[in-house]
Amino acid sequence: MTRTQKIEEKFFKLLMIVATFFIFAVLAIIIYSIFEKGLKSISWEMLTQIPHGGYYYGKGGGILNAILGSLSLAFGATVLAFIIGLPVALYLNVFLIRHKKVIDVIRFLLDLVWGIPSIVYGAFGFSLMIFFGLQTSLLAGILTVTLFILPIMIRSMDEILRTVPIGLQEAAYSLGSNKSEIAFKIFTRQSISGIITAVLLSFGRGIGDAAAVLFTAGYTDHLPNGLLEPVATLPLSIFFQLSSPVAEVQNRAYASALVLTLIILIVSLFSRGIGKRYHKTKINF
Amino acid sequence: MYLLNREQRHAVNYTWMIVSLLMVAFLPFLLFFGLYLKSVLILHDYSLTDLIFSRIWKPSSGKFGFYPFIVGSVWVTLVAMLITAPVCLLTSIYVTQYTKKFFLRIMHPAIDILAGIPSVVYGLWGILVIVPFISRYLGPWMGVKTMGYSILAASFVLSIMIIPFILNILIEVFRSIPMELKEATLSLGATEWQTIKHVLIKKALPGIIAAFGFGLARAFGETMAVLMVVGNVVRLPKSLFDPGYTLPALIANNYGEMLSIPKYDSALMFAALLLLAVSLFFNLVMHFFIVRFNKY
Repeated sequence: MTRTQKIEEKFFKLLMIVATFFIFAVLAIIIYSIFEKGLKSISWEMLTQIPHGGYYYGKGGGILNAILGSLSLAFGATVLAFIIGLPVALYLNVFLIRHKKVIDVIRFLLDLVWGIPSIVYGAFGFSLMIFFGLQTSLLAGILTVTLFILPIMIRSMDEILRTVPIGLQEAAYSLGSNKSEIAFKIFTRQSISGIITAVLLSFGRGIGDAAAVLFTAGYTDHLPNGLLEPVATLPLSIFFQLSSPVAEVQNRAYASALVLTLIILIVSLFSRGIGKRYHKTKINF
Repeated sequence: MYLLNREQRHAVNYTWMIVSLLMVAFLPFLLFFGLYLKSVLILHDYSLTDLIFSRIWKPSSGKFGFYPFIVGSVWVTLVAMLITAPVCLLTSIYVTQYTKKFFLRIMHPAIDILAGIPSVVYGLWGILVIVPFISRYLGPWMGVKTMGYSILAASFVLSIMIIPFILNILIEVFRSIPMELKEATLSLGATEWQTIKHVLIKKALPGIIAAFGFGLARAFGETMAVLMVVGNVVRLPKSLFDPGYTLPALIANNYGEMLSIPKYDSALMFAALLLLAVSLFFNLVMHFFIVRFNKY
């Protein structure tokens, strides 16, 4: 090795370490600044009350409307996406297993849909809403977010289901099961941990996204009551509070951001834990 | 025990699957068609080149020029990519080639957390940290007077947001390159860095291009975080420290008033259609790079 080679070697290794450190440092700064700002202004009142009159000028109240609204919206969308998503993922891996080309095309379409920005879903949901004569409502929000998280849900389930060994399927056939029994009774059981992870991942995406619900869910200071009423969401509540000129309201935005981040962190922690927990019911080959 | 017998249950399940599959498979076409129908109105009155290259945006007097927004979006996206690309490439090489397995196990949760943080929170972080940093330190240091709300701030926030997408793909790409290739090169006397430079990167090139392309498409469509720090001024940005405006921000900012001005809603839907087209195009092209990478 010549000297210049040695220097080059060292230089690029150093550069790589710097880049890796940069990513961790940025993550640490983000987490730190959200917690530092949020913890200062979070209070019990904020979590348990809805905005009172003059809330956006610094008067009392909380963001319970947004917390409950976001949870119900993300929950509804996740359930809907699960009802549509699970059969699609199963169909790909049980019924179409011998048609590689068809599977590839469908996976490709799903990847395309996954890449579409959420604001496009929002705009589409909005025009759909007007077409059907709906108002901004929880229902419209749920439908839009469902479209948005559907590809995420299906592709993550699909990635798990495709690891189920073909031998398991053959064994079930030889015992006389039909295809839908194999799909719903064997594949789901074998991949239950991965399916739960996919559901929680989609939930996290659904609750954190603002652009898709901006047009469709509306905003209200009341608790969500009914599918056809507008509903407040956490990301939008952060956004609105942040654009207020009053310092106190801005501080509440930091606290709301902390709440949202915590919800998402807890959900993602759960999904990691569950992956380990249900490992026992899995048949190992 | 069951309401239906076996064959009936099979039939029900089968129909359920097929219906869901059809719904999902038609989704991209439905999206495209729906937005197209909505933007027909404006495409009918103005030519496509007029809309894209005209610079004046005054919806109230019927002038819809998307050029400033397109330029803003392109600037923000490209600068973000310039920041992210080297960082992700170097990190992915480092964690796959130099470190032990356990380091990847720390890396993955970090990537997951970065990917999980919602875009509004990124935007808030941008306002808290990046914007003051630019207006107080970077701007004066470079001799520019700036508010902080600028193309550069948006690019920086965006570059952090797309790290997880790009890094995940890059790590997959480098991990799927067979070990033998590296070993053969090393045994011929090449140094570690020479192996990476001449063999690994060459082999991974289609995968790397695909990873950057996917990241680019993501960045182009990102809405809330960019909207919060880019400044939202309809003007052609002259430098990175100028405020700008992006296509997604345009849609998000004006949804409230778009029904009150004629053709405004159609114009915004056209903007969404543009975003959709860009996203589909990039994902389509990058898909072929990935296929190519997997083939060789």
